[in-house]
Amino acid sequence: MGRTFSEKLLGGKAGKPARAGEIVTVSPDYILSHDNSAAIIKEFRKLEIERVKRAGKIVIVLDHVVPASSEKYAQNHKEIREFVAEQGISHFFDVHHGICHQVFSENGFALPGKLILGADSHTTSYGAFGAFSAGIGRSEAASVWATDEIWLRVPETIRIEMSGTLPAMVSAKDVILKIIGDHGADRANYKAVEFAGPAANTLSLSSRLVMANMAAEMGAKNGYFFPDEKTLTWLEENARSEYDVTVSDPDAGYEAVLAYDISVIAPQVACPHTVDNVRPVSEVEGTSFHQAIIGTCTNGRAEDLEVAARILRGKKVHQGIRVLVIPASRREYLLALQRGDLEVLAEAGCLILNPGCGPCLGAHQGILAPGEVALSTANRNFRGRMGSRDSAIYLASPATVAASALEGRIADPRKYT
Amino acid sequence: MSKGKAWKYGDDVNTDVIFPGKYTYSVLDPEEMAKHALEDLDPEFAQKVEPGDVIVAGRNFGCGSSREQAATCLKYAGVRAVVAKSFARIFFRNAINQGLPVIQCSEAVDNIEDGEDIFVDFSKGRIETAKGHFDFVPLPQSILLILEAGGLIPYIKKKIEKEKTHGANNA
Repeated sequence: MGRTFSEKLLGGKAGKPARAGEIVTVSPDYILSHDNSAAIIKEFRKLEIERVKRAGKIVIVLDHVVPASSEKYAQNHKEIREFVAEQGISHFFDVHHGICHQVFSENGFALPGKLILGADSHTTSYGAFGAFSAGIGRSEAASVWATDEIWLRVPETIRIEMSGTLPAMVSAKDVILKIIGDHGADRANYKAVEFAGPAANTLSLSSRLVMANMAAEMGAKNGYFFPDEKTLTWLEENARSEYDVTVSDPDAGYEAVLAYDISVIAPQVACPHTVDNVRPVSEVEGTSFHQAIIGTCTNGRAEDLEVAARILRGKKVHQGIRVLVIPASRREYLLALQRGDLEVLAEAGCLILNPGCGPCLGAHQGILAPGEVALSTANRNFRGRMGSRDSAIYLASPATVAASALEGRIADPRKYT
Repeated sequence: MSKGKAWKYGDDVNTDVIFPGKYTYSVLDPEEMAKHALEDLDPEFAQKVEPGDVIVAGRNFGCGSSREQAATCLKYAGVRAVVAKSFARIFFRNAINQGLPVIQCSEAVDNIEDGEDIFVDFSKGRIETAKGHFDFVPLPQSILLILEAGGLIPYIKKKIEKEKTHGANNA
């Protein structure tokens, strides 16, 4: 029997053939962290060693609360900057770059065949480029800084076989929400998710990032697409180093193969308070909300802002609805600015915020009061995540959020095609 | 053998309700973290939990964020172990790395009543409850070593020190 992508990649890194279920000790190509680097530094200091083992593998992006919103956050950032200087960490991206997953990707660190670890659960994102990338905790991150190695269990793989083409105003976000709703938040726990089939290649790299990002919401260890012409063309300009394309063998063993015809998928909405509480938009149309958010590491790219601008062009957002637009990075911000989309959104009454995580994790920039409801393009809607324990979050695609912002209630974007 | 009261919860207890994101960069002291443990799931938990108590939960315990404070806050609140039907993978690693034992045992979860005293024998892999005893597969030796050291950082520290001494002896 052939081997899956994860078996081949982790086996290659471990220097011996590996099968699902085995534990391997490996050295990552990159290790990412963000504002939590201050906490990782604290753990690292406890080890009483002076230098990180491989400064060149460490990537730090400040994004969670940027710019600092309080003295505590400012102190946090300051400690990170001092550590970066002390250890000679050159891959440091200060508060003006954007969300770590977008910044890491657009700077060419996310490459086919690389093993990437990140102290953030949405590290799964880099599978969009054919990397094996998984989230870890902060003790582990400190330990990797010190030792340059980690143990990982080789995951079993679930293959999502996609066919068809997306209908107008339906996006990768709707597909991944549909998959999560069908199979539950723990269907892929400890496992790899392979997004494949003829429809996979029709998706843009931005859309692949959406799905690999949200593989985490199925519990996945990693989620990935195989590199194709789109990936390789993009990498010609942007890859930071050499890379090896790794793909599953045709006769690889899968734990399950789940087939999806994406041409019949309707816009989907994840209802409070779990990401797998998914309904088609027709079942929640008319639900009222107070704040809309278009942004985050899931859906804050130029592609997402473009579709929102298309719906809101020449119109005004519904009175009483606050619409926050948060580009995922400075680069995506500039792209949307040059295309005129930010102007359209600002004209429509949206509040354009600086690139970063924004209110997604409830730290700043748009916290919800008790009784308030948000409709967001983010990836998580757990109780209390964006503020009050008595607030609620619905998750949807940028098109659904834009159409809903216009109508003041959850709406089907397909009528704006 | 460890004795403790069971606090029973359902499926998909996520990291946001265990330790809200709004505290992740503002509450840094583990004792302070403990005061917010399970705040958005069971606001009374942090005040009433006693050292040695055990959390008993359904599937996918600890899903969501990679924030390690979810494990830290439970440990410092006095929680001796978490028994669940399954754990989200990052939480599973984080708990071990914080020195908090995680036990997967669906049968025990189904039979434990909220509030009852249960007994856990970690080395034998057995949980004793009012309805009888339930066996679980004890964690592998390599992981027990991390738990015994009190977590990954003290474990790695010891390892690095040993390597240093070893290196010095060879020199």
